[in-house]
Amino acid sequence: MSIAAVVFFILGIFFALTGHIGLLKAPDVYTRLQTSSTCSTTSVVSILIATMLLAGLTPFTGKVAAITIFFMITGPVATHIIARYAWEEGIVPWRRQQ
Amino acid sequence: MEIPLATIINWTIAFLLGSCIVGIIRIVIGPSTADRLTALNLVGSQVLALLVLTALRAGSPVYLDVAMVYAVFGFLGILALTRYLSNRSNSK
Repeated sequence: MSIAAVVFFILGIFFALTGHIGLLKAPDVYTRLQTSSTCSTTSVVSILIATMLLAGLTPFTGKVAAITIFFMITGPVATHIIARYAWEEGIVPWRRQQ
Repeated sequence: MEIPLATIINWTIAFLLGSCIVGIIRIVIGPSTADRLTALNLVGSQVLALLVLTALRAGSPVYLDVAMVYAVFGFLGILALTRYLSNRSNSK
């Protein structure tokens, strides 16, 4: 069980690392939004799953599961809200030809 | 094989703190408001994972309530900021 938790920790760290590299190096609002959304959802959910594996069957695990379900609902919704805001502001998506 | 779990939890907390610094750099240098909101969303999710890991390290579920309230108010804060900054809210 602890080996699976370590694997999930390493997975979360890897996804967070790629997401932050994308957040610094991506050329546009929409690409940055895509990398940061994928990064935040997968890495945070991986770390929370590892926490649930380490805690075992306790009320601690129940609270972490509630936080996980809430985060998996609100994370993509917040990303969609920001993307709609950027689209209504009139920001043109980035093209390679320019 | 013995796995030092406390060391791994401490290193993950340190990594999350460093990644929050990267997000704050994007908040400072972001050219537009949507960039800053994006980085703010990312920093909020990283801090949520950091609070859950702090609760696991301390062994007390008190920090989990803090993490739950932080998740709720981070989402509501981004919703309120986009509503306040968009021009559409003035016409309705």
